[in-house]
Amino acid sequence: MSEVLFFIAGIGAVCGAVGVVMVRNPFYAVLALVFHLLSLAALFLLLQAQFVAAAQVVVYAGAVMVLYVFVVAYVGAAEPPRLRAPVGRGQRAAALAFALALFVELAIAVLGSSLKALDSGGPTVGAEFGSPAQIGELLLTKFLLPFEVASFLLLIAAVGAVVLARRRGGIGEEVEPVAAAQYALPPGVGTMREAVGGPTAREPEPLELPGGEGGW
Amino acid sequence: MNVNWYLIVSSLVFAIGAAGVLTRRNPLVILLCLELMLNAANIALIAFARMWGNAEGQIFAVIVMVVAACEVCIGLGLVVAIYRRRLPIDVDEIRELHG
Repeated sequence: MSEVLFFIAGIGAVCGAVGVVMVRNPFYAVLALVFHLLSLAALFLLLQAQFVAAAQVVVYAGAVMVLYVFVVAYVGAAEPPRLRAPVGRGQRAAALAFALALFVELAIAVLGSSLKALDSGGPTVGAEFGSPAQIGELLLTKFLLPFEVASFLLLIAAVGAVVLARRRGGIGEEVEPVAAAQYALPPGVGTMREAVGGPTAREPEPLELPGGEGGW
Repeated sequence: MNVNWYLIVSSLVFAIGAAGVLTRRNPLVILLCLELMLNAANIALIAFARMWGNAEGQIFAVIVMVVAACEVCIGLGLVVAIYRRRLPIDVDEIRELHG
């Protein structure tokens, strides 16, 4: 049973990863990454890491990917269509060769490490292995310092994101004049339909009144 | 299921992510490929934790997830800042690091 689940989840993870790399549209790449992350959560459950699997689904596939979808919907509308080829053929071939060499090297390093325990499924562990209770106890006793450092890192990242993305009122920032027509016809309103290349939502055309000039 | 199968999946995902970082030019997609590579490392960490029967490797994976969240935060902030300045969203076009 666990073999079947492993192969389903593993093939799903690899297909999701290939989808992230191959798909042209960033919006679909984000969806492929969500699929990849859900498959990884299944793999984590097979390895008896329940807390990490739950955090993966809730934090990663939930919150972080929603952030991605927001930014893709915000940025994707104004992205001009590609005028030149995405990447040269030589660079693509070189990247593929590099990735293949990396995979072969990692596989040799893992399988040739002569670690006896790699060929086993690991020791039998109780149901409490990887449970939230155990992870929480480790985080608050043995790994208290990394836990606090991680919280500082999150704080710094939040401040940095606000500083990076805020509207600047400083020196050298020219104020862009906004035409009145821009309010009626916004270039993009950040819908998911625009993110996948769909038409932008526009104001409906003004109705033509019958009768012309001298009518009503 | 033996641990080395998980490590094979991990190295495959890592190689795919590295190829994506090298071939794509949209910074959003490059960030997604970096996520792939970090997740590949997470599978390896959790597989080794299972191999030793020791949950301390899972703490490492949780910390990696925290670092990935910070990286996404800063990266997406940069993308939004690039978009606000009407610069092209393309890593080949953005060569100068003026503030």
